Formats: sequence, C-alpha cells, structure tokens
Amino acid sequence: MNIENLTICTAAEGLRKRAFSSVELTQGVLDAIQQKDGQINAYLTVDAEGALKQATAADAARFAGQDGDLLGIPIAIKDIINVEGQPCTCASKMLEGYVSPYDATVAARLRSAGAVFAGRTNMDEFAMGSSTENSAFKSTCNPHDLSRVPGGSSGGSAAAIAAGTALAALGTDTGGSIRQPASFCGCVGLKPSYGRVSRYGVTAYASSLDQVGPMTKTVEDAAILLQALAGVDAHDGTTSPAEVPDYRAALAGGLKGLRIGLPKEYFIDGTDPEVMVHIRKAIDDCAKAGAEIVDVSLPHTEYATAVYYIIATAEASANLARFDGVRYGHRTAAPESVFDLYAKSRAEGFGTEVKRRIILGTYVLSSGYYDAYYGRAQKARTLIRQDFTTAFKQCDVLLTPVAPTAAYKRGEATDDPLKMYLGDIFTVPANLGGLCALSVPCGMTHDRLPVGLQLLGPAFGEPTLLRVGAGYERLRS
Amino acid sequence: MKYLTTIGLETHVQLKTATKMFCSCSLKFGEEPNTNICPVCLGYPGALPVANREAIKLTVLSGLMLGCTINKHSTFDRKNYFYPDMAKDYQITQNTHPLCLGGGITIQTPNGPKLIRINHIHLEEDAAKINHYGQFSGVDYNRGGTPLMEIVSEPDLSSQDEAMAYLQALKQILVYAGVSDCNLEEGNMRSDVNVSIRPEGQTTLGTKVEIKNMNTFKGIYAAATYEIARQTYALTHGKALVQETRRWDPDANETQSMRSKENAHDYRYFPEPDLVPIALSDEQIAEWRSSLPELPSARRIRMMEEYGIPEYDAGVLADARENADFFEATARLCEKQLGKIVSNWFMVEVMRLLSETGKAIGACALTPAALAELITLADQRVINGPTAKELLPELFEKGGMPKALVEARGLGQVSDTSALEAFVQQAIASNPKSVEDYKAGKKAAAGYFVGQVMKLSKGKADPKLVGELVARALEQ
Repeated sequence: MNIENLTICTAAEGLRKRAFSSVELTQGVLDAIQQKDGQINAYLTVDAEGALKQATAADAARFAGQDGDLLGIPIAIKDIINVEGQPCTCASKMLEGYVSPYDATVAARLRSAGAVFAGRTNMDEFAMGSSTENSAFKSTCNPHDLSRVPGGSSGGSAAAIAAGTALAALGTDTGGSIRQPASFCGCVGLKPSYGRVSRYGVTAYASSLDQVGPMTKTVEDAAILLQALAGVDAHDGTTSPAEVPDYRAALAGGLKGLRIGLPKEYFIDGTDPEVMVHIRKAIDDCAKAGAEIVDVSLPHTEYATAVYYIIATAEASANLARFDGVRYGHRTAAPESVFDLYAKSRAEGFGTEVKRRIILGTYVLSSGYYDAYYGRAQKARTLIRQDFTTAFKQCDVLLTPVAPTAAYKRGEATDDPLKMYLGDIFTVPANLGGLCALSVPCGMTHDRLPVGLQLLGPAFGEPTLLRVGAGYERLRS
Repeated sequence: MKYLTTIGLETHVQLKTATKMFCSCSLKFGEEPNTNICPVCLGYPGALPVANREAIKLTVLSGLMLGCTINKHSTFDRKNYFYPDMAKDYQITQNTHPLCLGGGITIQTPNGPKLIRINHIHLEEDAAKINHYGQFSGVDYNRGGTPLMEIVSEPDLSSQDEAMAYLQALKQILVYAGVSDCNLEEGNMRSDVNVSIRPEGQTTLGTKVEIKNMNTFKGIYAAATYEIARQTYALTHGKALVQETRRWDPDANETQSMRSKENAHDYRYFPEPDLVPIALSDEQIAEWRSSLPELPSARRIRMMEEYGIPEYDAGVLADARENADFFEATARLCEKQLGKIVSNWFMVEVMRLLSETGKAIGACALTPAALAELITLADQRVINGPTAKELLPELFEKGGMPKALVEARGLGQVSDTSALEAFVQQAIASNPKSVEDYKAGKKAAAGYFVGQVMKLSKGKADPKLVGELVARALEQ
C-alpha cells in the first residue's frame, strides 16, 4: 500500500476502520524505504522482520479489542535512542556493531503503546552537527533537493518523513537538532521542555540540554506522540513530576486572544530575506486570525551560541569519555598499554567534529580556564533564562525563524565549523532556557525549499505551544 | 631540632545500603565477578544515575553523630579521569556542596581530651575492583557504584597514635549509628593519610605528602610512622621534600612515590547535570536526628550515673552498642543497687563466654530477663554464687529461665541452720586432726571445714552461713 500521504492520525483511522492492517501498513513503510531510501539515505538500519513481528502483535491486540493512537503505527527512531536488541550506533564508527542491551524509556513507552519500530535513522555523529553530513556511515539528502542537506542532527528522521518513507519519527534536540531539520525538510518538529520526556537510554550528548521529541507531518501527530512519551521516569531524576496534560485537547483553541511575542534580537540582518518574507507573512496571518502581536526583547541572545558551545561541549567531553574500548564499542587492535588502548580506540572511533567538541569541552573545564569559560557560561545561561521569564510575562509564545536560511548545499558548510555553529543561533536559546519549542512549516522558497517558523513557549507550556502551532497550521491549509 | 607532625585523614566509609549508589544492583559481598551489574553501573550509552535516598540518609545520620552542619542544598559533581575502574570514566562525587560541613570527634590523648575537627563529609560512588593476572588485568564491576562517604578531617592530628585514636573513635561512632559495618577486611573503611612535618616554632605547615588508599589501621600506623621518619630524615639532612602522592608497600614496609604535584590529575570537576540537587527540609533532618542513637561517650557518663558503675566498666560496656544495650536491659530488670553486680556479671562471666564462643551477644540464647533473674536469685541467696555461675553457660547455649531450672533440679541454696549444723558436726567429728590444728592457732583450718560442709551439702549450702556455723562450733 502507498503510505506517502498518511499521518499517524489518518493511519490510526484506517487501522480502526480495518481499511488496512498494521502488517500492511508496516509493509508499506518497508516497501517505501526499499524503493526510495537508496537516494535519500535517511535510514541506517531497518529490522524488517522485527517490525513485521511487532505489527502482527499489534494486529492481534486490535483484534482482541485493544485500541490506541499508536497501536500498530510504524515510527522511525533516531539511531541515538536505545532499543533492546537493535543497533544504536549514534552514526559513529565507535559504536559500529554495538547491540543495545536495553530499551530507552521512550522506546519502552512506544512499545507499550503498541507502536512498530520502523527503522533507525541517520544523524550527525553523536548528534553533533546540523547537516547530517557528520555521519560516519553516509550523508542524508534533502528529499526536496537531493543536492542539499536535510539539516541535522536528526536529519535522517526529517528526511524520512519528507520522502514519504516514515509517517513520523523520534528525534533528539540539544541545540536545535529536531527543529532545524524539520524546518529544512518541511515537517513539524517539537522539542519538549527539559524534564518533560525521559532521557534514560538516549545516548547523551549534553545532559542539561538534551530532549527527545516527535518529528511529524502535522502538529496533531506531534501532540499524539508527545502524549505517549511525556511524564516522570524513575530512571531519570531530571524528569518533572508535573502532570501530563491532554495535548490533543489543547489543539482546538485557535489563535484568537493569544499574545505572540516577537523578540527583536531574532529579527536581525543576516537572515535570508526570503526566509524573512515567509516569517513576516506568518506573523500577519496570525494577527489576522486574532492573535495579538507584541514586541519583546531577549537582551542576552547574542551570548547564546557561545554559551551553548561551552556548556554542551563541556558536558559532552565527560559524557563521551565512556567510549574507551574497555567494555563495548570500537577497540583498537593490540594496544600496548591501557592508555594506548584509550588513545587509539578513541582516535580511530570518533570523527573530526566529535573530537573537536571533546577537545573544546575538555579545555573549557580545565584548571585555570574553568572560571573564564564554563563558570561564566553558567552565569550567562542564568541571564538567558531570566530573559525568557521576563518575556513570557508579556506574551504567551514567541515566534521566530528556525534558522537563518533554508537548506543549504551539501558540502557547503562542512569546511567551516563556525559558520555551521552560527546556523544554530535561533534554536539554542530554547535548550539553554529549558523551554518547549516547535518548528512548523510556513512556506517554500523560490527554489522549492521549505521554510519553518519557530514557536517558543515557557517550560511545560506545551499545550499553548501546540494550540498556536495547530491554529497556524489550519490557517495555511 | 625538634619536628612537629601534622596528620589529616580522608576516610572512605562504605554505607550499609542494600543497593548501589546510583542503580538498584545488589551490594552482596563476595559474589562471582561481574554479576551485580547493569547498564547504569557499567556506564552503558544512555544510562542515567538516580541517587540512593538511603545513602543520603546514612550520610546525614553520620554528620549528625559527628556534630556536622547539614547542607540543606547539596549537589553532585563529576570528577573526570580515565581508568578502567571507573566505567563512565568519571566519578560522581560531591565537590562544591557536600552533604555535611564541620563537626568533629573528641579523642583521648596522654595530655587529655582533644577535639579533631572535621572539614566535611561528602557522598560518592566507589570504583570497580581491578584484578591482575600476570599478562592481563580484569575489572570486576560488582564493587563499582558502591555508596561511599568520605570523611575529611582537618589537619589536627599530631601523631600516628592520635590518628589511630581518631579512626577507632570514628569506627565506633559509625558502627554505633548503624551507618556502616566498618568491616576492614571487606574494605568498608579506607583512608588516605596526609602527613607533613615542620620544625618546632614554625607556624606554616610543612610540605604535604598524601599516602593513598590504606584499608588496615595497622598499615596506616606503619605508613604514618615510616613517613614521619622519612620526612624528618630528609629535613635533618638538608633535603627538600616535594608535595606528592605516595603509596604504602606493606611488604617492603615503606612508602613509594606515585606522582608529584606537577603530575597531579586535572579532574575538571563540574556539576553533574544528570542529578538534581539534594534538597533536605528541616523536618526531614529533625526526623532523622530523633532516630539517632546516643553517642558512646555520652552513654558512658549516663550509665555511670544511672547504674552506679565505675568509669572503667561504663567504658567497656559502652564500647559496643549491643553489649551496652544488653547490660542496660538487664540492669533495669534488677534492683537498683545491683548495677555494679550486673556489670561484674556481664564483664566477667558473659564476656568470657562471648570470647570463648566467638559469638556476638545478639547471637546467643541468653536474654536480659534470664540474666537479671539469675543475678536476683543469687542476690536473694536462693542459690549460691557457684551454682549461679554453673547455670550461666547453659542459659547462654540453650536459653530458658534460671528459676525454672533451679526448681526443677532442686538447686536451691540450703540456709536451714539445723540441717547445716548436722553437716558441721559430721565434718568436725571426722577430722580431729584439723580441729587440733585450729585450736593450736591455725585459724586457716576453718576454711577446710567450710569446704567439707559445702561438699556434704552437694554445693548448695550458703557459704556465708556455713562460715559462721563452723567458727561457732570450733570455738566451743
């Protein structure tokens, strides 16, 4: 069957009506991958047998009277999320051949909701990058223009959705890794508030910033997936005990009466004028639909990228220390000593960008430099957080571009890491602030490349965020 | 030139929890290598730590016992270093905001009591154990992630003897509070020893040398003794000392250099982002405080007053919480004036049985009620002393109550004067030679007759009464 235009919602409807079975639906996804992924390279591994087995079980459950929004729905999984018995390479040579011994909490929750694990998607190695070119195995193409990047680091997930080889996917977002590829590929991407979704079993990049989130075709699908993922987890002490609201119920509210803030620091020269045209148009549309547009200021925005690259790399330098060749992962042949084992295994296993960030993170934490870098970055992070607290007194959500440009050409930014880092300028503040953030498509450039707008909400403000996202989505359709 | 010694101790104590510090793996000692392990304590990708509440409680209890201030907001940090004994290649510890601050222990020295201040107590995870097998080494992660609290003293100790007194006192308090078994063979208590010496009159401390990771008191004593001698020799011979870390080699009986300050690790500590800060309310701390046992030193003084026992007795009894509890339970069941007699019974008879059998008081069948009844029977002269002492091993082995045994076996003391008179006359009649001796002035011969009468009564006679009757009969 053709799954190209199916969403979680419409597929669930088809399953409920017995228009098709989960096995047929899953086979449809597998066939689509077979046909199209040779060009796109969105997937690293596909466990067809395992997926069909899960689909069979879901069909049996449905036959026995069970129902659920995700029962029998295939979901693609970013290759950084552990699923028992499956590879979890993080697109790194370091973990080539590694088979995970346990389920991440998000995987366990999808499993208990009856979802089918459709395949593992490509990414930048250890989620470090914005173009999915830093994968040790292959680089993924943007389905809208194969010569362009899909964004990253969850580029495989976004490209699979855009190519019609996935209905929906899980991504992770440390500094924009869900939102920016969603924007580049024309999908919806939600980074939940820090603490909303468990990180247990998600290979850590930067622990205080990482969040798992849905990547989907519609805002409603994002709400459905978040519903299954969200909530406190005894395995992750940083998850919040705050009650999980009914996200889907929040979608209907519309834009009328809501205050949308425009932070002036995000409307700056340097953003592609064509991107700005679509953002301005979206703002006008929201205003026409009854939203109140408010000008606000986030004065410490200019420090965000620097702060992010200090904190994220510092945490990464410790998080990635465990890849040492002792217990699992790549181990160099015939080391001469234990330190030789470490040095060679890591030199051989990690790619350039990962090494660059480990070195950076090690440096900012080292004795004599800690106060000047990590210490100051933590203080600046507090100021950035306070900026948001102040801004959210004046508005319900903030609206900004996701990225300064639409998808760029493959190879264009790989030689200049700093240029690539600056592409994260609009997305990293949400992670530093622990906010929730949503990327929604808002138009196409003349080159037929998608442009996304970003909505930012206060921590645990997902219901309002999704309401605005869904309201805007309805205006466009 | 006289040199003054300064010692500070960093003591790692394994907490008595059922599970590891950051995961739910068992802490059973002596299991097959790498059987008590999971993705968390093996540092698998994506695994996250969750702090053990019981370990936090036990650390706070220790802090309260040692007079520390409890930090209501404390945090964990990562200490980064590469070594196979640390699965994540960083250790989760508390660097900037430990659970307990300040406090101290009073030790006894030849110059009187001395307060050894504590700098802080922090909570951390233990490393795995590395076993060396000739050409290769193996890591046993069973121990990895064991909850450890590190008690850091101020450099207030002036000799290796004071260091011993401090460790003994610390061990006693921690075992008393039930926070650790402090079992040295199982490595429950390990210390790093910081030693420096300086010429008398110099106010600034000398160059500090740290001796790492020793798990016997004997080793600590020997290492400190060696190190003081080594440093004194160096200074008296005009040699400079370097700040360094050394290890104790018990076979060679010497300390050996591991690394100098220049080669010290840069641990790149930073706040552990995977764990939220530990927040403790005043109510929680108060609740834990109310569950604390009495400190041995306070208990000693109270027991002296309450039971009228000498300081020595009170000290011996208070040493071990179980013994003191047993003594007090027994003494409370006896007449108030019997305190010293109960203490004699416990310290002489019961402790002898404990040492002969190698049992702890909790593991034998004797109950405080049985011991109290036995002492009361003897005091009321229902049975005599030797009978009471004969009954004790049986009560210790098999349990039961002494009164029932005495009645069943007719062991009651004979205090009937007419019955005893007959025995006295019998003894005198059959030993005329001794009667002559007595009359010739050998008063000690009376003892012989007492013995004879005791024998005739099958040991049940009241010896005091017999003595009086014998003396009266012989004088006639």
